[in-house]
Amino acid sequence: MSKTTDDALPLPSPGSGCCRVDPFLGIALAASAIIMAFILLPLVEMVVQPSVDDLRETWSDPDVIRAIGMSLYTSGTAALIAFVFGTPFAYLMARKQFPGKRLVESVVDLPIMIPHPVVGIALLSMAGRHHWFGRILNQLNIQIMGTVTGIVCVLTFVGLPFYINAVKTGFEAVPARLETVSRSLGASPWSTFFRITLPLAWRSMLVGLIMCMARAVSEFGAVVIVAYHPMVAPVMIYERFTAYGLKYSQPVAVGLIMVCLVLFLLLRWASPRKDGTA
Amino acid sequence: MIRVEDLAIVLPGFALEDINLQVDPGEAFALLGPTGAGKTLLLEAIIGVVPVTRGRIFIDGCNLTGLPPERRRIGILYQDHALFPHLDVAENIAYGQRYCTSVLPDLGPLIERLGLQRLLKRRIHSLSGGEKQRVALARSLAVAPSVLLLDEPLTALDPNFREDIRGLLKTLHQDTGITLLMVTHDFAEAHFMAQRTAVMNRGRIEQVGPVDAIFDRPETPFVADFVGMKNFFPAVIEGHDAIIGNMRLRCTSQDGDFHAVAIRPENIRVRKGPFDGGTENYLEGKLKRILNRGFYADVRVDVDGIPFRAIDTRRHLNRTALAEGDTVHLAIAPEDIHLMRGLRQQRQRLIG
Repeated sequence: MSKTTDDALPLPSPGSGCCRVDPFLGIALAASAIIMAFILLPLVEMVVQPSVDDLRETWSDPDVIRAIGMSLYTSGTAALIAFVFGTPFAYLMARKQFPGKRLVESVVDLPIMIPHPVVGIALLSMAGRHHWFGRILNQLNIQIMGTVTGIVCVLTFVGLPFYINAVKTGFEAVPARLETVSRSLGASPWSTFFRITLPLAWRSMLVGLIMCMARAVSEFGAVVIVAYHPMVAPVMIYERFTAYGLKYSQPVAVGLIMVCLVLFLLLRWASPRKDGTA
Repeated sequence: MIRVEDLAIVLPGFALEDINLQVDPGEAFALLGPTGAGKTLLLEAIIGVVPVTRGRIFIDGCNLTGLPPERRRIGILYQDHALFPHLDVAENIAYGQRYCTSVLPDLGPLIERLGLQRLLKRRIHSLSGGEKQRVALARSLAVAPSVLLLDEPLTALDPNFREDIRGLLKTLHQDTGITLLMVTHDFAEAHFMAQRTAVMNRGRIEQVGPVDAIFDRPETPFVADFVGMKNFFPAVIEGHDAIIGNMRLRCTSQDGDFHAVAIRPENIRVRKGPFDGGTENYLEGKLKRILNRGFYADVRVDVDGIPFRAIDTRRHLNRTALAEGDTVHLAIAPEDIHLMRGLRQQRQRLIG
């Protein structure tokens, strides 16, 4: 008698291992749980520790509102500057091949790697009166030390790589052939950019803007060197912690966490979809 | 008309060299070659997105070499359609209308001709491959280009759509008289669509001529291999005989300085027993391998150390019970032996 398929390939009997968790999946799940706990526990602890009265009192403090507002204003301005100058730069990096391109890409990534107080120190040393650039700024009546301009400068510096890299990836996802076809149909490079490339890459630009702003809003190291005042939220948290302790810094930190949370929810909403639209 | 003169494009790791080409007005011309031969690069140089290192490109007598793509009036059809995914079908077709002065006054007949009336409001991602290619074709033709470049327009389509689009392109070309330059790696496609063809290899044009002439009389070993003459042997030609090693094959006389022969596998007959006498060349060898190719088989036979490739039907092989290791007999008609210049002469011709 010939063997049936069932004879040749016996099905696993119930309880014989069909429900056993794959070890690889088990390790991955355990690692994921540890990471989620590592990120969430301190934040949840921070959010739940202050009493409602503490939160209400802190958030009605004009200094706190002003500091969070200043953080949003300066980081938003930094994101806008990144948008204006970073978009053409990112397009160039996405579309053109040239000698030294990898070096330029590395330079763009430098602000991510160098310690941020160094950024503040470098900017201050350039803006000083003994430096030619500082003298030019002085003649133009532009102050860096202790000004909003200074804060925007350092926030742009630390946020730019996030914007440029996100937008470059978005432009790369738009096939160059679409631009070739557009131009073969008579559209100029400008028309092609605004009618083809931009509509297909706008989500990446939005992601880049939010990434840049989120990075800038959380910056402390570079800002504290360049401008302790006007005070941004991270500097205020640091000041309250050193002057009054944990209890007084936490409610401000909760406010900042909420702002960051909103930014990242926006980021998730605007992220490129799986169907490939950038 | 397209004319390319002494064109060279030098890129890191690849170069197009000495490209001279003329496509006559209203002609359908095919650029043939394997992947990496430089066909698409040449097409993109003609359309103006790849800068040329040397040489000139003329369309209808005008030197366009330095002009940007938007001023060349050249349409292009890519194998992946390159439709704008954020626009619907109608917006794709009408895309170029606002830029070009010489557009089709009414797109209706074109849309009807291509069977796109019911698709005009559809999104691109909801179309089939054949529908996408028809939309891309309508978009190119809507701006009344002086020439149309086709970059492997049928490759990405499944066989049913391929037949449709191939027929459509052929009749559109016949009806409109537009000059077509088509890139393909499929000789059958070139044979169907084009009157003349150029075979490219490693950035150079190896041979230009009518499609049939290239198929029947390849001039280089590469072209011979590309058009299916898989048996290529260096040979000494003495009168009507080609001497390959110790073997003497009778061939028809042809004028020229020949040092090699090429034979199509389908022109070599294989059987187990000896052939009855006749005017063909008869050889005896050992059957080394039989490679199954579906309806037919690729048969490899060793004749005195010289490897021959023949094609036989599966039915015939099964009926004659040929098997690897058998002693077999080959028959080759003299007129099926194509005489060629040798490698040295080819090299001299290309350099000279």
